[in-house]
Amino acid sequence: MSQTRETWPETWHRPPMIANPVLRYGLAAAVLVYALWAVTSLPFDWQRAAEGLARAQRIFAGSIPPSFERSGLLIDGFLESIKIAILATVGGVLLSIPIAFMAAKNLAPKPIYLLGRAIIIVARSFHPVIVAILFVKAVGFGPLAGVLTLIVYSVGFVAKMLAERIEEIDWGQVEAMRSVGAGYLSTLFYAVFPQIMPRQIGLSIYQLDSNLRASAVVGIVGAGGIGSTLANAFGRYDYDFALAITMVIVGAILVSEGISGQIRKRIW
Amino acid sequence: MLKISNLVKRYGHGEPVLKGLDLEVPGNSVVAIIGASGAGKSTLLRCINRLVEPTSGTIALNDIVLSDLKGRELRAARRRIGMIFQSFNLVDRLTVMENVQSGRLGYLPFWRAASRRYPKRDIRRAYELMERVGIAHYANKRADELSGGERQRVGVVRALMQEPEILLADEPTASLDPKTSEQIMELLRSLSAEFALPVLINIHNVAEARLYTDRIVGMRYGKIMFDAEPSRLDKAAMDEIYAGLPAEERGEEETPAPSLQVSAA
Repeated sequence: MSQTRETWPETWHRPPMIANPVLRYGLAAAVLVYALWAVTSLPFDWQRAAEGLARAQRIFAGSIPPSFERSGLLIDGFLESIKIAILATVGGVLLSIPIAFMAAKNLAPKPIYLLGRAIIIVARSFHPVIVAILFVKAVGFGPLAGVLTLIVYSVGFVAKMLAERIEEIDWGQVEAMRSVGAGYLSTLFYAVFPQIMPRQIGLSIYQLDSNLRASAVVGIVGAGGIGSTLANAFGRYDYDFALAITMVIVGAILVSEGISGQIRKRIW
Repeated sequence: MLKISNLVKRYGHGEPVLKGLDLEVPGNSVVAIIGASGAGKSTLLRCINRLVEPTSGTIALNDIVLSDLKGRELRAARRRIGMIFQSFNLVDRLTVMENVQSGRLGYLPFWRAASRRYPKRDIRRAYELMERVGIAHYANKRADELSGGERQRVGVVRALMQEPEILLADEPTASLDPKTSEQIMELLRSLSAEFALPVLINIHNVAEARLYTDRIVGMRYGKIMFDAEPSRLDKAAMDEIYAGLPAEERGEEETPAPSLQVSAA
Protein backbone atom coordinates (compact mmCIF):
# COMPACT_ATOMS: atom_id res chain seq x y z
CA MET A 1 0.00 0.00 0.00
CA SER A 2 2.61 2.54 -1.10
CA GLN A 3 0.17 4.55 -3.26
CA THR A 4 -0.69 7.86 -1.64
CA ARG A 5 -4.04 9.58 -1.70
CA GLU A 6 -2.96 12.21 -4.27
CA THR A 7 -2.28 9.69 -7.02
CA TRP A 8 -5.87 8.41 -7.30
CA PRO A 9 -7.80 9.90 -10.26
CA GLU A 10 -10.72 12.22 -9.67
CA THR A 11 -12.94 10.95 -12.46
CA TRP A 12 -14.48 7.52 -12.55
CA HIS A 13 -16.25 5.52 -15.22
CA ARG A 14 -18.15 2.33 -14.75
CA PRO A 15 -16.14 -0.56 -16.20
CA PRO A 16 -17.81 -1.61 -19.51
CA MET A 17 -19.78 -4.87 -19.55
CA ILE A 18 -17.61 -6.25 -22.38
CA ALA A 19 -14.04 -5.36 -21.47
CA ASN A 20 -12.44 -5.91 -24.90
CA PRO A 21 -13.20 -2.75 -27.01
CA VAL A 22 -12.75 -4.59 -30.32
CA LEU A 23 -15.31 -7.18 -29.27
CA ARG A 24 -17.62 -4.50 -27.83
CA TYR A 25 -17.86 -2.33 -30.93
CA GLY A 26 -17.45 -5.26 -33.30
CA LEU A 27 -20.54 -6.91 -31.83
CA ALA A 28 -22.65 -3.76 -32.21
CA ALA A 29 -21.47 -3.32 -35.79
CA ALA A 30 -22.21 -6.96 -36.61
CA VAL A 31 -25.79 -6.69 -35.36
CA LEU A 32 -26.35 -3.53 -37.39
CA VAL A 33 -24.89 -5.00 -40.59
CA TYR A 34 -26.93 -8.20 -40.21
CA ALA A 35 -30.16 -6.22 -39.72
CA LEU A 36 -29.47 -4.17 -42.88
CA TRP A 37 -28.67 -7.30 -44.86
CA ALA A 38 -31.85 -9.00 -43.59
CA VAL A 39 -34.04 -6.05 -44.64
CA THR A 40 -32.55 -5.88 -48.15
CA SER A 41 -32.53 -9.64 -48.76
CA LEU A 42 -36.03 -10.60 -47.53
CA PRO A 43 -38.71 -10.49 -50.25
CA PHE A 44 -40.70 -7.54 -48.89
CA ASP A 45 -43.33 -6.44 -51.40
CA TRP A 46 -43.58 -2.73 -50.63
CA GLN A 47 -46.09 -2.06 -53.36
CA ARG A 48 -48.47 -4.72 -52.06
CA ALA A 49 -48.10 -3.29 -48.57
CA ALA A 50 -49.04 0.17 -49.85
CA GLU A 51 -52.18 -1.22 -51.46
CA GLY A 52 -52.93 -3.02 -48.22
CA LEU A 53 -53.16 0.27 -46.37
CA ALA A 54 -56.29 1.13 -48.32
CA ARG A 55 -57.70 -2.32 -47.56
CA ALA A 56 -56.91 -1.92 -43.88
CA GLN A 57 -58.74 1.36 -43.93
CA ARG A 58 -61.78 -0.35 -45.45
CA ILE A 59 -61.72 -3.00 -42.73
CA PHE A 60 -61.51 -0.42 -39.96
CA ALA A 61 -64.20 1.71 -41.56
CA GLY A 62 -66.41 -1.34 -41.88
CA SER A 63 -65.88 -2.26 -38.27
CA ILE A 64 -67.17 1.02 -36.87
CA PRO A 65 -69.53 1.14 -35.11
CA PRO A 66 -69.06 -2.28 -33.50
CA SER A 67 -72.11 -4.48 -33.79
CA PHE A 68 -73.45 -6.29 -30.77
CA GLU A 69 -76.49 -7.55 -32.69
CA ARG A 70 -75.45 -11.18 -32.44
CA SER A 71 -74.47 -10.92 -28.79
CA GLY A 72 -75.92 -14.40 -28.16
CA LEU A 73 -73.19 -15.88 -30.32
CA LEU A 74 -70.60 -13.69 -28.65
CA ILE A 75 -71.66 -14.73 -25.13
CA ASP A 76 -71.74 -18.42 -26.06
CA GLY A 77 -68.26 -18.21 -27.54
CA PHE A 78 -66.98 -16.35 -24.56
CA LEU A 79 -68.45 -18.75 -22.01
CA GLU A 80 -66.87 -21.59 -23.95
CA SER A 81 -63.51 -19.82 -23.78
CA ILE A 82 -63.82 -19.43 -20.02
CA LYS A 83 -64.67 -23.12 -19.64
CA ILE A 84 -61.69 -24.06 -21.80
CA ALA A 85 -59.38 -21.79 -19.83
CA ILE A 86 -60.53 -23.07 -16.42
CA LEU A 87 -60.39 -26.76 -17.39
CA ALA A 88 -56.97 -26.30 -18.95
CA THR A 89 -55.67 -24.42 -15.90
CA VAL A 90 -56.88 -27.04 -13.43
CA GLY A 91 -55.56 -29.89 -15.54
CA GLY A 92 -52.32 -28.12 -16.38
CA VAL A 93 -51.55 -27.11 -12.81
CA LEU A 94 -52.34 -30.58 -11.43
CA LEU A 95 -49.98 -32.09 -13.99
CA SER A 96 -47.37 -29.40 -13.39
CA ILE A 97 -46.87 -30.11 -9.69
CA PRO A 98 -45.47 -33.65 -10.04
CA ILE A 99 -43.52 -32.66 -13.16
CA ALA A 100 -42.02 -29.69 -11.31
CA PHE A 101 -40.87 -31.99 -8.51
CA MET A 102 -39.36 -34.33 -11.07
CA ALA A 103 -37.55 -31.42 -12.69
CA ALA A 104 -36.10 -29.95 -9.47
CA LYS A 105 -32.41 -30.73 -9.28
CA ASN A 106 -32.24 -30.65 -5.50
CA LEU A 107 -35.05 -33.17 -4.90
CA ALA A 108 -35.05 -35.57 -7.84
CA PRO A 109 -32.45 -38.21 -8.68
CA LYS A 110 -30.58 -37.53 -11.92
CA PRO A 111 -32.59 -39.73 -14.37
CA ILE A 112 -35.92 -38.44 -13.03
CA TYR A 113 -34.60 -34.90 -13.22
CA LEU A 114 -33.64 -35.32 -16.86
CA LEU A 115 -37.04 -36.82 -17.68
CA GLY A 116 -38.83 -33.94 -15.94
CA ARG A 117 -36.74 -31.35 -17.78
CA ALA A 118 -37.36 -33.13 -21.07
CA ILE A 119 -41.14 -33.00 -20.56
CA ILE A 120 -40.94 -29.28 -19.83
CA ILE A 121 -38.72 -28.57 -22.83
CA VAL A 122 -41.05 -30.44 -25.18
CA ALA A 123 -44.09 -28.63 -23.73
CA ARG A 124 -42.38 -25.27 -24.17
CA SER A 125 -40.83 -25.72 -27.55
CA PHE A 126 -44.01 -25.26 -29.62
CA HIS A 127 -46.16 -22.17 -29.72
CA PRO A 128 -49.77 -22.90 -28.63
CA VAL A 129 -51.01 -22.23 -32.16
CA ILE A 130 -48.85 -25.05 -33.52
CA VAL A 131 -49.91 -27.38 -30.71
CA ALA A 132 -53.52 -26.42 -31.41
CA ILE A 133 -53.18 -27.27 -35.10
CA LEU A 134 -51.84 -30.71 -34.10
CA PHE A 135 -54.65 -31.33 -31.62
CA VAL A 136 -57.32 -30.13 -34.06
CA LYS A 137 -55.98 -32.70 -36.51
CA ALA A 138 -55.91 -35.36 -33.79
CA VAL A 139 -59.25 -34.83 -31.99
CA GLY A 140 -61.16 -32.64 -34.44
CA PHE A 141 -62.46 -29.07 -34.33
CA GLY A 142 -63.86 -27.76 -31.07
CA PRO A 143 -63.15 -27.14 -27.41
CA LEU A 144 -61.44 -30.47 -26.61
CA ALA A 145 -58.54 -29.51 -28.88
CA GLY A 146 -58.43 -26.14 -27.10
CA VAL A 147 -58.33 -27.69 -23.62
CA LEU A 148 -55.57 -30.14 -24.58
CA THR A 149 -53.53 -27.39 -26.21
CA LEU A 150 -53.72 -25.12 -23.20
CA ILE A 151 -52.88 -27.99 -20.82
CA VAL A 152 -49.62 -28.47 -22.71
CA TYR A 153 -49.07 -24.71 -22.68
CA SER A 154 -49.74 -24.54 -18.90
CA VAL A 155 -47.40 -27.42 -18.12
CA GLY A 156 -44.61 -25.75 -20.07
CA PHE A 157 -44.85 -22.57 -18.07
CA VAL A 158 -46.08 -23.57 -14.60
CA ALA A 159 -43.88 -26.66 -14.23
CA LYS A 160 -40.79 -24.73 -15.30
CA MET A 161 -41.36 -21.81 -12.94
CA LEU A 162 -42.35 -24.09 -10.07
CA ALA A 163 -39.29 -26.30 -10.57
CA GLU A 164 -37.11 -23.20 -10.37
CA ARG A 165 -38.84 -22.17 -7.14
CA ILE A 166 -38.32 -25.64 -5.68
CA GLU A 167 -34.63 -25.39 -6.48
CA GLU A 168 -34.45 -22.13 -4.53
CA ILE A 169 -36.00 -23.41 -1.29
CA ASP A 170 -34.24 -22.92 2.03
CA TRP A 171 -32.60 -26.32 2.46
CA GLY A 172 -32.28 -25.83 6.21
CA GLN A 173 -35.98 -26.53 6.65
CA VAL A 174 -35.61 -29.79 4.77
CA GLU A 175 -32.58 -30.64 6.89
CA ALA A 176 -34.59 -29.99 10.04
CA MET A 177 -37.32 -32.40 8.93
CA ARG A 178 -34.75 -35.05 8.05
CA SER A 179 -33.12 -34.60 11.44
CA VAL A 180 -36.35 -35.44 13.29
CA GLY A 181 -36.65 -38.67 11.28
CA ALA A 182 -39.54 -37.55 9.03
CA GLY A 183 -40.30 -39.67 5.96
CA TYR A 184 -40.10 -38.44 2.36
CA LEU A 185 -43.74 -37.38 1.98
CA SER A 186 -43.90 -35.74 5.41
CA THR A 187 -40.76 -33.80 4.57
CA LEU A 188 -42.33 -32.63 1.30
CA PHE A 189 -45.52 -31.54 3.02
CA TYR A 190 -43.86 -29.78 5.94
CA ALA A 191 -40.63 -28.37 4.54
CA VAL A 192 -41.19 -27.94 0.79
CA PHE A 193 -44.88 -27.19 0.11
CA PRO A 194 -45.16 -24.28 2.56
CA GLN A 195 -42.18 -22.63 0.91
CA ILE A 196 -43.47 -22.96 -2.65
CA MET A 197 -47.16 -22.35 -1.87
CA PRO A 198 -47.32 -18.60 -2.59
CA ARG A 199 -45.54 -19.08 -5.91
CA GLN A 200 -47.82 -21.99 -6.75
CA ILE A 201 -50.97 -19.97 -6.16
CA GLY A 202 -49.56 -16.96 -8.01
CA LEU A 203 -48.59 -19.08 -10.98
CA SER A 204 -52.00 -20.76 -11.14
CA ILE A 205 -53.81 -17.43 -11.19
CA TYR A 206 -51.42 -16.02 -13.75
CA GLN A 207 -51.88 -19.12 -15.88
CA LEU A 208 -55.69 -18.81 -15.78
CA ASP A 209 -55.25 -15.29 -17.09
CA SER A 210 -52.85 -16.40 -19.71
CA ASN A 211 -55.02 -19.34 -20.80
CA LEU A 212 -57.99 -17.02 -21.27
CA ARG A 213 -55.89 -14.90 -23.62
CA ALA A 214 -54.41 -17.89 -25.41
CA SER A 215 -57.82 -19.56 -25.82
CA ALA A 216 -58.84 -16.66 -28.08
CA VAL A 217 -55.76 -17.24 -30.23
CA VAL A 218 -55.98 -21.03 -30.50
CA GLY A 219 -59.68 -20.69 -31.33
CA ILE A 220 -58.69 -19.06 -34.61
CA VAL A 221 -57.20 -22.33 -35.84
CA GLY A 222 -60.33 -24.21 -34.84
CA ALA A 223 -59.85 -25.10 -31.19
CA GLY A 224 -63.19 -23.69 -30.03
CA GLY A 225 -64.16 -20.71 -27.89
CA ILE A 226 -64.33 -17.03 -28.71
CA GLY A 227 -61.42 -17.37 -31.13
CA SER A 228 -63.54 -19.53 -33.41
CA THR A 229 -66.33 -16.96 -33.28
CA LEU A 230 -63.81 -14.27 -34.17
CA ALA A 231 -62.36 -16.28 -37.05
CA ASN A 232 -65.87 -16.88 -38.44
CA ALA A 233 -66.72 -13.19 -38.21
CA PHE A 234 -63.58 -12.30 -40.17
CA GLY A 235 -64.29 -15.00 -42.70
CA ARG A 236 -67.73 -13.52 -43.40
CA TYR A 237 -66.42 -9.93 -43.57
CA ASP A 238 -68.49 -9.03 -40.50
CA TYR A 239 -65.87 -6.54 -39.34
CA ASP A 240 -68.28 -4.72 -37.04
CA PHE A 241 -69.02 -7.96 -35.20
CA ALA A 242 -65.29 -8.78 -35.11
CA LEU A 243 -64.59 -5.44 -33.46
CA ALA A 244 -67.28 -6.13 -30.87
CA ILE A 245 -65.67 -9.49 -30.09
CA THR A 246 -62.21 -7.93 -29.86
CA MET A 247 -63.48 -5.28 -27.48
CA VAL A 248 -65.03 -7.89 -25.23
CA ILE A 249 -61.79 -9.93 -25.21
CA VAL A 250 -59.72 -6.89 -24.26
CA GLY A 251 -62.23 -5.93 -21.56
CA ALA A 252 -62.29 -9.43 -20.10
CA ILE A 253 -58.51 -9.64 -20.01
CA LEU A 254 -58.27 -6.27 -18.27
CA VAL A 255 -60.77 -7.43 -15.65
CA SER A 256 -59.03 -10.76 -15.08
CA GLU A 257 -55.62 -9.11 -14.83
CA GLY A 258 -56.96 -6.70 -12.26
CA ILE A 259 -58.50 -9.49 -10.19
CA SER A 260 -55.48 -11.77 -10.38
CA GLY A 261 -53.15 -8.92 -9.48
CA GLN A 262 -55.21 -8.22 -6.36
CA ILE A 263 -55.28 -11.87 -5.32
CA ARG A 264 -51.55 -12.35 -5.83
CA LYS A 265 -50.84 -9.27 -3.73
CA ARG A 266 -52.83 -10.67 -0.83
CA ILE A 267 -51.57 -14.25 -0.58
CA TRP A 268 -48.16 -13.40 0.82
CA MET B 1 -24.12 -42.37 26.37
CA LEU B 2 -22.72 -41.23 23.05
CA LYS B 3 -19.61 -42.98 21.89
CA ILE B 4 -17.70 -41.92 18.78
CA SER B 5 -14.64 -43.85 17.75
CA ASN B 6 -12.12 -43.24 15.00
CA LEU B 7 -14.54 -41.06 13.03
CA VAL B 8 -13.28 -39.95 9.62
CA LYS B 9 -15.13 -37.71 7.19
CA ARG B 10 -13.74 -36.76 3.83
CA TYR B 11 -15.64 -34.66 1.27
CA GLY B 12 -14.72 -35.77 -2.24
CA HIS B 13 -11.02 -36.54 -2.56
CA GLY B 14 -9.68 -33.67 -0.46
CA GLU B 15 -8.10 -33.59 2.98
CA PRO B 16 -10.41 -35.25 5.55
CA VAL B 17 -12.46 -32.80 7.60
CA LEU B 18 -12.50 -35.21 10.54
CA LYS B 19 -9.35 -37.25 11.08
CA GLY B 20 -9.96 -40.25 13.30
CA LEU B 21 -11.88 -38.57 16.06
CA ASP B 22 -12.76 -40.21 19.40
CA LEU B 23 -15.28 -38.74 21.81
CA GLU B 24 -17.42 -40.04 24.64
CA VAL B 25 -20.28 -38.14 26.19
CA PRO B 26 -21.61 -39.99 29.23
CA GLY B 27 -24.71 -39.13 31.26
CA ASN B 28 -26.39 -35.77 30.99
CA SER B 29 -23.49 -33.40 30.68
CA VAL B 30 -23.47 -30.21 28.65
CA VAL B 31 -20.48 -30.28 26.33
CA ALA B 32 -19.25 -27.33 24.32
CA ILE B 33 -17.29 -27.91 21.13
CA ILE B 34 -15.12 -24.94 20.24
CA GLY B 35 -12.72 -24.31 17.41
CA ALA B 36 -12.12 -22.05 14.43
CA SER B 37 -14.39 -22.12 11.39
CA GLY B 38 -13.47 -25.13 9.28
CA ALA B 39 -12.29 -27.16 12.27
CA GLY B 40 -15.03 -29.72 11.57
CA LYS B 41 -17.45 -28.94 14.42
CA SER B 42 -20.52 -28.81 12.22
CA THR B 43 -19.48 -31.92 10.30
CA LEU B 44 -19.01 -33.77 13.60
CA LEU B 45 -22.56 -32.96 14.79
CA ARG B 46 -24.05 -33.77 11.40
CA CYS B 47 -22.27 -37.12 11.31
CA ILE B 48 -23.98 -38.10 14.55
CA ASN B 49 -27.50 -37.84 13.09
CA ARG B 50 -26.21 -38.72 9.64
CA LEU B 51 -27.22 -35.50 7.90
CA VAL B 52 -23.65 -35.96 6.76
CA GLU B 53 -22.50 -39.46 5.89
CA PRO B 54 -19.32 -40.45 7.79
CA THR B 55 -16.51 -41.90 5.67
CA SER B 56 -15.45 -44.39 8.34
CA GLY B 57 -15.54 -44.97 12.10
CA THR B 58 -18.42 -45.78 14.40
CA ILE B 59 -20.94 -43.70 16.31
CA ALA B 60 -23.11 -45.34 18.95
CA LEU B 61 -25.88 -43.80 21.02
CA ASN B 62 -26.94 -45.85 24.05
CA ASP B 63 -25.47 -48.99 22.48
CA ILE B 64 -27.24 -48.53 19.14
CA VAL B 65 -24.68 -48.16 16.36
CA LEU B 66 -25.92 -45.21 14.31
CA SER B 67 -23.23 -45.23 11.68
CA ASP B 68 -24.50 -48.18 9.66
CA LEU B 69 -28.28 -47.74 9.85
CA LYS B 70 -30.34 -47.37 6.67
CA GLY B 71 -33.81 -46.22 5.62
CA ARG B 72 -36.52 -46.85 8.18
CA GLU B 73 -34.06 -47.78 10.93
CA LEU B 74 -32.08 -44.60 10.36
CA ARG B 75 -35.24 -42.50 10.59
CA ALA B 76 -36.21 -44.31 13.79
CA ALA B 77 -32.77 -43.51 15.25
CA ARG B 78 -32.98 -39.86 14.20
CA ARG B 79 -36.21 -39.49 16.18
CA ARG B 80 -34.12 -39.94 19.30
CA ILE B 81 -31.63 -37.21 18.37
CA GLY B 82 -32.82 -33.63 18.69
CA MET B 83 -31.08 -30.94 16.68
CA ILE B 84 -31.03 -27.17 17.05
CA PHE B 85 -29.72 -25.02 14.21
CA GLN B 86 -27.91 -21.72 13.90
CA SER B 87 -30.51 -20.27 11.54
CA PHE B 88 -33.33 -22.01 13.46
CA ASN B 89 -34.58 -23.81 10.33
CA LEU B 90 -38.21 -23.29 11.20
CA VAL B 91 -40.81 -23.58 8.48
CA ASP B 92 -41.52 -19.86 8.20
CA ARG B 93 -44.98 -20.05 6.72
CA LEU B 94 -46.35 -22.56 9.22
CA THR B 95 -47.65 -21.74 12.69
CA VAL B 96 -45.59 -22.21 15.81
CA MET B 97 -47.75 -25.21 16.74
CA GLU B 98 -47.12 -26.88 13.37
CA ASN B 99 -43.41 -26.24 13.71
CA VAL B 100 -43.39 -27.71 17.19
CA GLN B 101 -45.42 -30.73 16.08
CA SER B 102 -43.02 -31.30 13.20
CA GLY B 103 -40.71 -32.70 15.88
CA ARG B 104 -43.11 -35.66 15.97
CA LEU B 105 -43.01 -36.32 12.22
CA GLY B 106 -40.82 -39.36 12.73
CA TYR B 107 -43.55 -40.94 14.85
CA LEU B 108 -46.67 -39.75 13.03
CA PRO B 109 -48.15 -41.50 9.99
CA PHE B 110 -47.99 -39.27 6.91
CA TRP B 111 -51.75 -38.75 6.50
CA ARG B 112 -52.14 -37.54 10.09
CA ALA B 113 -49.22 -35.16 9.69
CA ALA B 114 -50.55 -33.83 6.38
CA SER B 115 -54.07 -33.30 7.79
CA ARG B 116 -52.70 -31.78 11.03
CA ARG B 117 -54.60 -34.31 13.15
CA TYR B 118 -52.09 -34.43 15.98
CA PRO B 119 -52.61 -36.85 18.90
CA LYS B 120 -53.98 -35.27 22.09
CA ARG B 121 -50.93 -36.38 24.00
CA ASP B 122 -48.64 -34.52 21.60
CA ILE B 123 -50.71 -31.36 21.80
CA ARG B 124 -50.64 -31.47 25.60
CA ARG B 125 -46.88 -32.00 25.56
CA ALA B 126 -46.42 -29.18 23.05
CA TYR B 127 -48.27 -26.70 25.25
CA GLU B 128 -46.34 -27.82 28.35
CA LEU B 129 -42.99 -27.39 26.63
CA MET B 130 -43.95 -24.08 25.02
CA GLU B 131 -45.12 -22.88 28.43
CA ARG B 132 -41.81 -24.01 29.91
CA VAL B 133 -39.78 -21.87 27.46
CA GLY B 134 -42.29 -19.00 27.41
CA ILE B 135 -43.81 -19.17 23.94
CA ALA B 136 -47.18 -20.87 24.59
CA HIS B 137 -49.11 -17.69 23.69
CA TYR B 138 -47.58 -17.75 20.19
CA ALA B 139 -48.99 -21.19 19.30
CA ASN B 140 -51.15 -19.83 16.46
CA LYS B 141 -48.69 -17.24 15.17
CA ARG B 142 -46.72 -17.82 12.03
CA ALA B 143 -43.10 -18.69 12.76
CA ASP B 144 -41.74 -15.79 10.72
CA GLU B 145 -43.56 -13.28 12.93
CA LEU B 146 -41.37 -14.15 15.93
CA SER B 147 -38.10 -12.56 17.03
CA GLY B 148 -34.81 -14.45 16.84
CA GLY B 149 -34.80 -15.57 20.46
CA GLU B 150 -38.42 -16.71 20.26
CA ARG B 151 -37.71 -18.58 17.04
CA GLN B 152 -34.83 -20.43 18.64
CA ARG B 153 -37.14 -21.37 21.53
CA VAL B 154 -39.50 -22.88 18.96
CA GLY B 155 -36.49 -24.77 17.62
CA VAL B 156 -35.69 -26.04 21.11
CA VAL B 157 -39.28 -27.16 21.74
CA ARG B 158 -39.38 -28.90 18.34
CA ALA B 159 -36.29 -30.88 19.34
CA LEU B 160 -37.72 -31.72 22.78
CA MET B 161 -40.97 -32.93 21.19
CA GLN B 162 -38.93 -35.77 19.75
CA GLU B 163 -38.36 -37.03 23.31
CA PRO B 164 -34.70 -37.15 22.39
CA GLU B 165 -31.94 -39.06 24.13
CA ILE B 166 -29.42 -36.41 23.14
CA LEU B 167 -29.53 -32.83 21.92
CA LEU B 168 -27.20 -31.50 19.23
CA ALA B 169 -26.96 -27.74 18.96
CA ASP B 170 -25.08 -26.30 15.97
CA GLU B 171 -24.14 -22.72 16.88
CA PRO B 172 -27.53 -22.18 18.50
CA THR B 173 -26.73 -18.63 19.58
CA ALA B 174 -24.67 -17.35 16.65
CA SER B 175 -27.65 -15.54 15.05
CA LEU B 176 -28.78 -13.96 18.31
CA ASP B 177 -27.91 -10.80 20.23
CA PRO B 178 -25.71 -11.26 23.34
CA LYS B 179 -28.53 -11.02 25.86
CA THR B 180 -30.83 -13.47 24.05
CA SER B 181 -27.84 -15.67 23.39
CA GLU B 182 -27.19 -16.03 27.14
CA GLN B 183 -30.87 -16.80 27.76
CA ILE B 184 -30.79 -19.62 25.21
CA MET B 185 -27.58 -21.07 26.71
CA GLU B 186 -29.10 -20.89 30.18
CA LEU B 187 -32.22 -22.59 28.83
CA LEU B 188 -30.23 -25.40 27.22
CA ARG B 189 -28.33 -25.90 30.44
CA SER B 190 -31.41 -26.13 32.62
CA LEU B 191 -33.28 -28.34 30.13
CA SER B 192 -30.33 -30.72 30.14
CA ALA B 193 -30.67 -31.13 33.89
CA GLU B 194 -34.47 -31.26 33.79
CA PHE B 195 -34.74 -33.95 31.10
CA ALA B 196 -31.48 -35.74 32.00
CA LEU B 197 -30.25 -35.03 28.47
CA PRO B 198 -26.70 -34.89 27.22
CA VAL B 199 -26.27 -31.74 25.11
CA LEU B 200 -23.54 -31.13 22.54
CA ILE B 201 -23.15 -27.48 21.60
CA ASN B 202 -20.99 -26.10 18.81
CA ILE B 203 -20.15 -22.61 19.81
CA HIS B 204 -17.85 -19.75 18.80
CA ASN B 205 -18.40 -17.73 21.95
CA VAL B 206 -15.79 -19.14 24.33
CA ALA B 207 -16.97 -16.99 27.24
CA GLU B 208 -20.44 -18.54 26.99
CA ALA B 209 -18.92 -21.99 26.62
CA ARG B 210 -17.04 -21.48 29.89
CA LEU B 211 -20.09 -20.17 31.72
CA TYR B 212 -22.77 -22.58 30.66
CA THR B 213 -21.13 -25.93 30.01
CA ASP B 214 -19.53 -28.69 32.08
CA ARG B 215 -16.89 -29.69 29.60
CA ILE B 216 -15.12 -28.09 26.68
CA VAL B 217 -13.85 -29.96 23.66
CA GLY B 218 -11.45 -27.95 21.48
CA MET B 219 -11.18 -28.98 17.84
CA ARG B 220 -8.63 -28.01 15.25
CA TYR B 221 -8.44 -29.35 11.69
CA GLY B 222 -10.54 -32.40 12.38
CA LYS B 223 -8.82 -33.48 15.57
CA ILE B 224 -9.56 -32.97 19.24
CA MET B 225 -6.84 -30.78 20.77
CA PHE B 226 -8.36 -30.17 24.16
CA ASP B 227 -10.92 -31.96 26.31
CA ALA B 228 -11.44 -30.93 29.92
CA GLU B 229 -13.60 -28.91 32.27
CA PRO B 230 -13.89 -25.18 31.44
CA SER B 231 -11.57 -24.07 34.27
CA ARG B 232 -8.63 -25.84 32.63
CA LEU B 233 -9.02 -23.94 29.35
CA ASP B 234 -6.07 -21.57 29.81
CA LYS B 235 -4.21 -19.25 27.44
CA ALA B 236 -1.92 -22.01 26.17
CA ALA B 237 -4.84 -24.30 25.36
CA MET B 238 -6.69 -21.45 23.61
CA ASP B 239 -3.62 -20.70 21.50
CA GLU B 240 -3.34 -24.30 20.52
CA ILE B 241 -6.99 -24.50 19.45
CA TYR B 242 -7.20 -21.22 17.57
CA ALA B 243 -3.66 -20.43 16.41
CA GLY B 244 -2.46 -20.78 12.86
CA LEU B 245 -4.01 -20.99 9.46
CA PRO B 246 -5.23 -24.14 7.71
CA ALA B 247 -2.34 -23.97 5.23
CA GLU B 248 0.16 -24.08 8.04
CA GLU B 249 -1.37 -27.15 9.59
CA ARG B 250 -1.63 -29.06 6.32
CA GLY B 251 1.93 -28.02 5.51
CA GLU B 252 3.24 -29.88 8.56
CA GLU B 253 2.17 -33.14 7.05
CA GLU B 254 3.23 -32.86 3.41
CA THR B 255 5.01 -29.79 2.14
CA PRO B 256 6.98 -27.24 4.16
CA ALA B 257 4.84 -24.57 5.77
CA PRO B 258 4.50 -21.45 3.59
CA SER B 259 5.83 -18.34 5.26
CA LEU B 260 3.02 -16.24 6.65
CA GLN B 261 5.18 -13.23 7.30
CA VAL B 262 5.18 -11.99 3.71
CA SER B 263 1.46 -11.39 3.36
CA ALA B 264 1.13 -10.05 6.89
CA ALA B 265 3.90 -7.46 6.49
